[in-house]
Amino acid sequence: MLRNAFLIPLLPVVSFALILFFGKRLPGKGHEIGILFVGGAFVLSSICAVQWISRPADYTVPAAGHAEESAAAAEGDHAEESAAAAEGDHAEESAAAAEGDHAEEPTAVSEDHAEESATAGAVSEGEEPTEGEHEVEPIRRPVDRQVTWFESGGVEIKAGTHMDGLSVMLVFVVTLISLLVHVFSTNYMHDDRRYTHFFAALSLFTAGMLVMVTSSNTLQLLFGWEMMGLCSFMLIGHWWEEKNNSDAALKAFFTTRTGDIGLLVGISILFFAAGQTFDIATINDQALSGAIGHAALLAAAAALLCAVIGKSAQFPLHTWLPDAMAGPTPVSALIHAATMVVAGVYLIARLYGVFWQAFDIGGGGINPVALVGGITILIAAALAFVQSDIKKVLAYSTVSQLGYMVMALGVGAWTAGIFHLFTHAFFKGLLFLGAGSVSHSVHSFDMKKDMGGLKNTMPITYRTFLVGSVALAGVPPLAGFWSKDEILVGASGNGYPLFLVIGLIGAFMTACYMTRCVYLTFFGEFRGHGHPHESPKAITGPLVILAGFSVFAGFLNAPGIELFSKWTENTTVIAAGVAHHEFSIPLAFVGTLMGVLGIAAGWAYYARNLGPHRLTQRSRPALAGYRFLENKYFLDRLYTDMVVGGIKGPVARATYWINQNVIDGVLNGTAAVSRAVANFTYDVVDQKLVDGAVNGAGVGAEEGGSVLRVLQTGRVQQYAAFLFGAVVLMGGALVLFA
Amino acid sequence: MDWFDSWALTLATFLPVVGIVVLAFVPRAQESLIKTVTLVTTLATAAVGVGILANFDYGSKGALQFDPGPKTWIDAINSQYHVGIDGISLPLLVLSMFISILCVVYSWDHFPEPHNPKAFLMLLLVLEVGMNGTFVAQDLILFFVFFELVLLPMYFMIGVWGGPNRQYASIKFFLFTLFGSALMILGFLALFFNAGNTFDIPTLVEQAGNIPHNTQLWIFGGLFMGFAIKVPMFPFHTWLPDAHTEAPTVGSVVLAAVLLKLGTYGFIRIAIPILPEAAITWAPIIGGLAVVGIIYGALGCLAQKDMKRLIAFSSVAHMGFVMLGIATLTDFGINAAVFGMVAHGLITGMLFFVAGSIQERFGTRELARLGGLLVQAPKLGWILGFCAMASLGLPGLAGFWGEFPAILSAYQPAPGLSEPLFRFYMVVAAVGTVFAAGYLLWMYQRTAFGTPKEEFAKEHIHDVHGPEWLAWSPMLALIFVLGVYPRLLFGVTDEAVQTVTAAFRAVGGP
Repeated sequence: MLRNAFLIPLLPVVSFALILFFGKRLPGKGHEIGILFVGGAFVLSSICAVQWISRPADYTVPAAGHAEESAAAAEGDHAEESAAAAEGDHAEESAAAAEGDHAEEPTAVSEDHAEESATAGAVSEGEEPTEGEHEVEPIRRPVDRQVTWFESGGVEIKAGTHMDGLSVMLVFVVTLISLLVHVFSTNYMHDDRRYTHFFAALSLFTAGMLVMVTSSNTLQLLFGWEMMGLCSFMLIGHWWEEKNNSDAALKAFFTTRTGDIGLLVGISILFFAAGQTFDIATINDQALSGAIGHAALLAAAAALLCAVIGKSAQFPLHTWLPDAMAGPTPVSALIHAATMVVAGVYLIARLYGVFWQAFDIGGGGINPVALVGGITILIAAALAFVQSDIKKVLAYSTVSQLGYMVMALGVGAWTAGIFHLFTHAFFKGLLFLGAGSVSHSVHSFDMKKDMGGLKNTMPITYRTFLVGSVALAGVPPLAGFWSKDEILVGASGNGYPLFLVIGLIGAFMTACYMTRCVYLTFFGEFRGHGHPHESPKAITGPLVILAGFSVFAGFLNAPGIELFSKWTENTTVIAAGVAHHEFSIPLAFVGTLMGVLGIAAGWAYYARNLGPHRLTQRSRPALAGYRFLENKYFLDRLYTDMVVGGIKGPVARATYWINQNVIDGVLNGTAAVSRAVANFTYDVVDQKLVDGAVNGAGVGAEEGGSVLRVLQTGRVQQYAAFLFGAVVLMGGALVLFA
Repeated sequence: MDWFDSWALTLATFLPVVGIVVLAFVPRAQESLIKTVTLVTTLATAAVGVGILANFDYGSKGALQFDPGPKTWIDAINSQYHVGIDGISLPLLVLSMFISILCVVYSWDHFPEPHNPKAFLMLLLVLEVGMNGTFVAQDLILFFVFFELVLLPMYFMIGVWGGPNRQYASIKFFLFTLFGSALMILGFLALFFNAGNTFDIPTLVEQAGNIPHNTQLWIFGGLFMGFAIKVPMFPFHTWLPDAHTEAPTVGSVVLAAVLLKLGTYGFIRIAIPILPEAAITWAPIIGGLAVVGIIYGALGCLAQKDMKRLIAFSSVAHMGFVMLGIATLTDFGINAAVFGMVAHGLITGMLFFVAGSIQERFGTRELARLGGLLVQAPKLGWILGFCAMASLGLPGLAGFWGEFPAILSAYQPAPGLSEPLFRFYMVVAAVGTVFAAGYLLWMYQRTAFGTPKEEFAKEHIHDVHGPEWLAWSPMLALIFVLGVYPRLLFGVTDEAVQTVTAAFRAVGGP
């Protein structure tokens, strides 16, 4: 299955097409197809996971630079398809929504069997890593399979899959959460105005994410990345009849696209810098071995970081994510918690060689990646305190946790960051679905107005939500504790004390705002209307499953077990020399303490009403601070009103004015001048001068004739007199001049 | 098939003339017969095209094929009848034939006022002669004849069947383009006199390197004017919004899909291969104007209240990407340019079709009055969304391969060109993609999302029907297929492009 991993994204693509064409006619309106195919993808992913885990760990990663030889040899082993059809694992929405236009039916799959990048064995057998400062544990060899996509300028561009621990882990998580969201949605989205389209978009989105995480090269990664952007747009704007939903969809698309400037630039730089290839393994190896010049590497990494900031909602491009809550809650759970938003984190993790080398992550101190992550943690956590919409709390929490992941990668704690991605998918997905369950019951998302006291009326939802919150708060032995602790250990061990402190403060804040959230929703008196009751099994089932994962998933990388590390750490990480640190009991204790203190503080302030209540009414600075938070640091004012509003308003109009009045002014002016000259030429020169001369000649002749006509009297005597006179004159002349 | 080899291109170009002659004898009132004759003619021409596709030697795409050698034509000025195609002209020729058929199909029951299908379709056929001829011509005078031939039918199409401001738009289009052509013919004459008294393009490619550098610069300037106005490049683009807005739907489609490509094609076929040294000097200017066009076109789009005018400005922006690719003088860049030409032809052609259909149903193109298209005509709304996504360069659809490789190529332009300058262009072009998303999705939000405005809420708006599906399905399918399998196009153009850029590797030096 690892060799046929292309099937995993292919199934949801087919599902998308089938649902679009046939979904409406089915009794379940298409959700059967979605569940069947995504379920199938999940089964295949699980098989991949099992196969991956049972692979022998016998590949010793050569030091960076030597991997070139193995990569070059491995390239030669990838059998290439010269004229056969390319992989059909991309598809786009088909506009021919009815009559048989099956254009996106996948083309024939390549029959070629590329070999695994096994030739590395030929190089590394018996070869010790020359940079032997650390012991290199052997890992499992990744499985590659590629076909030729197209050629340009003599360079062959390939498409294919690259399955290693990271990709296997992600396909497992993505298909699992997608499947649970599908099941959840059958009930939650029941009677929705566009039920079928919803499931079609869910399938396409799943396909996009799977394409991205299995891709072996940056171009294909870009495809998956943008496919997800499209589906996010479609799903956030699912209820597009209302303007604020379509506004949110546009905002998400534009903000991530702004970051994507960096993706386009970064991919372009890396393509040339790594010797005209999009292949990720080659790029990483070239970066780590120093073959890429530092300026180019830095530019590329900075550009890619922009893309990460956009897609993973880091400060300052995080503003789209809370607005994206306008979409249906299952969408928020899948896309904006567990999968799409982690695409940026994945990008850094996948191209870690580039980032590691460009920002000298191994060196400690401060670097842009860690800084971005760290700032995001704190800024977003602060905002979570002033939300009354439960989904917005969770949205800011997601931004903050994404900050943890990015910061982890920035402080050199690669495994920790990925592990946090793993655990976060479970408990954040759980929390969102739980919020969906609550809103299904009370028909609102406003905690202050419409919730309260639900722990008795919705016990399953309450208990699972509680599990998710405690996991998020980082209390052992739930999953969040293990991943967050690893990040802190990494920060402290790799020489990043500032970020250790940020991580601890963030832990406190997280626990505190989640306590607020849980309290407002489930405790106290019910403030809403109607009679809330527990949701049906289709909704609570996924909640329970995810709660289970939130409890137990953390043990996968607990000290002593560390299976997760062994399974996911890949060639790049080893070659870069990412350090491992021991579990530290003191640090774990401090981290837990932060979480517990946060819960206690939250409980004291919100439940027991202790502490400085009504501070904002007594203190001006406090009120100003609160308003600042309420207005989301006025960033939306800056982006939406000033930047976007400015560009599409005054700037665009000014440009158009220049077009019509300056450029066209020249044109029309030239035309007017030409016409004026033409008129002048005609009226004056032609009619008056030239014609004047012509007519003048005629008139002159006429006048002359009139004058001369006077002489024509008809009287013979007069003629004789003239004759005589003429003769006299002529005689005189003769006499005088002869 | 020796006969076919010699005659295919001539047939492809002049077969529509047969249609014109036949139509001349059909009485004006017999509309069905007129439409059928036109359809048969365009299909027959396309059949020749299919034959060309089938018999094309894909092993030597860089070489001129179907070339029966120069035939004596105008001996007095040593201009010959020389035709031939290679990997670059082939897709464009096919595009031209393809679009012609679809336009006839679409027009079946979509005739603009003041009706008169006979005249309209005859003009369409004349257009096809001109378009096909331009892409196959291998002699400068022959090229010029076809290049100019398209002006007249377009002028009449806009001037007679166009919108309220059609007189101004048609004259502006005609004179502005003609002005450029006047300078272009001067360039051609200069080439003739300076490079051995020949108008033959392949010969000139070999010999023109001998022209002194300064003269080359001037000649290139003349050619630049002629082609740049046609593309259109900033700041010579102002004829485009007016022409597109006022033209009838089919006219806009043909204008956008094919006529604009005549300019860019001229750069790739004539200006650059014949004068590579001048091209290197001019490239930074071309690149600069191109990226200005990308941003400027986008800003112009954002200010529009009329849907068709918005799409017209988007053409300026898209052709900016094409010209940037050309300006880099690299394989990636020119490949991107040719792909972009075909993609833009399909995508913007579709957008104009949709705009025309919307106008037909609602009676207006004003964005402020439209809205809720997805409610009243969902399939049309989906198609508009599909085209909007394709136009903004979403990977997986054809437009991406016109934009991304152009951006990529700008990072490493041909030797002799300034890397920092082109990298700056690269970033600007990447910013341009965000702007493209901006104007397209904002347009989509105003047109398709939301609920219908009061004015039209009670109307019955009919969704996409027969002739529209027939005309559009091939284009939509191609947009998708080319998006996921770009090899269909890159495979054909790559070798020919490499032949063109080989000159720069030699001239620019390592």
